[in-house]
Amino acid sequence: MMAELKVVLNNPDQAITREQDLIARVQRGENELFYELVRPYERRVYAAAFAILRNETDAEDVAQEAMLKAFANIRQFRAEARFSTWLIQITVNEALMRRRRERTIVMEGIDERRDEESDYAPRDFADWREIPSEALERKEVRQRLAEALASLDRKYREVFVLRDMEQLNIQETAEALGISVASVKTRLLRARLMLRDLLAAGWEQGWFSRLPFEKGSKPW
Amino acid sequence: MVANCELVWREVSNYVDGEVDPPLRSAMDEHFQSCPRCRSVLEGMRNVIGLYGDERMMEAPAGFGRRLENRLAQSVRISRSRWSSWSAWLVPVAALALITGAIRFASSLTVEHPLQSEHAQQSKGIPPDMIVVVSTDAKVFHVPGCEFVHNKNTERTLTAKEAMQQGYVPCLRCMRKYLETASASPASVDEDAASEAALEDAKETVRGR
Repeated sequence: MMAELKVVLNNPDQAITREQDLIARVQRGENELFYELVRPYERRVYAAAFAILRNETDAEDVAQEAMLKAFANIRQFRAEARFSTWLIQITVNEALMRRRRERTIVMEGIDERRDEESDYAPRDFADWREIPSEALERKEVRQRLAEALASLDRKYREVFVLRDMEQLNIQETAEALGISVASVKTRLLRARLMLRDLLAAGWEQGWFSRLPFEKGSKPW
Repeated sequence: MVANCELVWREVSNYVDGEVDPPLRSAMDEHFQSCPRCRSVLEGMRNVIGLYGDERMMEAPAGFGRRLENRLAQSVRISRSRWSSWSAWLVPVAALALITGAIRFASSLTVEHPLQSEHAQQSKGIPPDMIVVVSTDAKVFHVPGCEFVHNKNTERTLTAKEAMQQGYVPCLRCMRKYLETASASPASVDEDAASEAALEDAKETVRGR
């Protein structure tokens, strides 16, 4: 899986042509190629569902349902859109419908107004240290980051996941979640600042203390 | 225009996304030069975006891919038997047309954003003559072939310098290596060399695991 992903990332042009070819063939009825088409995005689809549902079983079920829906609607897909964005939007829609069916969140409106009006002052860290991307090779680092993300309120977490992890643009994020562009920007600011504070605090608490790059003063 | 810390904290996310107007961008650039705290906020935010945007952060439970493949395979078999008959083929399609409304928005993704900014983000690590691509859908420039280019059919090629002059900001993914250089606080040559050596050490350790 990772090897294939690296191939895709290293040869993006080739990968895009390959994807367009696969889409056209599935649209013409070569259904058995559908899994090959969506396989590079399966973890992104799962992550989008999980960000909204916070439950592994529900997220997996919704991810599968979303893929089936994409398969059933593949002829509606227009070439000028990004296929990954299309898949993620279907997934978010499915996940939101599932959540609406299963829960009623009464206090949401009041809660949103309060949080979006108040300013957030980022913490001042005397010794800000960047976490290099190589650190992501470590499972414990990925876990710490996932925990930090999970600690955010739902409204901040969802916007952050769609914009910064799923790579939707601001307009697409707003449409997917059914909120305004202004709300996306406000929540994104808050989410990014809070995560920056959490990660910087994590340094201070020794979250990343066993990582090899911590040797020496400032390795980056 | 002068930007104070509170203003910078409110706008730093928009700054990273290329969503602030030219006078504010200039004021913020100036502020970042003189305020270490706000610079650490900017660098920290870029660090957050870079880390969480990494594919390695996308994890699914063990066996997820296999279970998905099985479920899709079942569905493909069912649809193939139905699709063998034209009249039967119409039934699922008609049913699906009903749910298509829910995802109709997904097929209207093309949103035209006029480009306003005339000032470029601090991107001194990017070679000015480097060939980059931009599209009408975002105020971000990319390495050709970057998978995060939105609306690829409007893609056009230009130099990094031109892109910055036209107000585009670098993609935090494909331009990461240049931004890491550009956003680092002023450091001596020796420190830079030490940084690279330490990074190499880290990579070696990761490879050697």
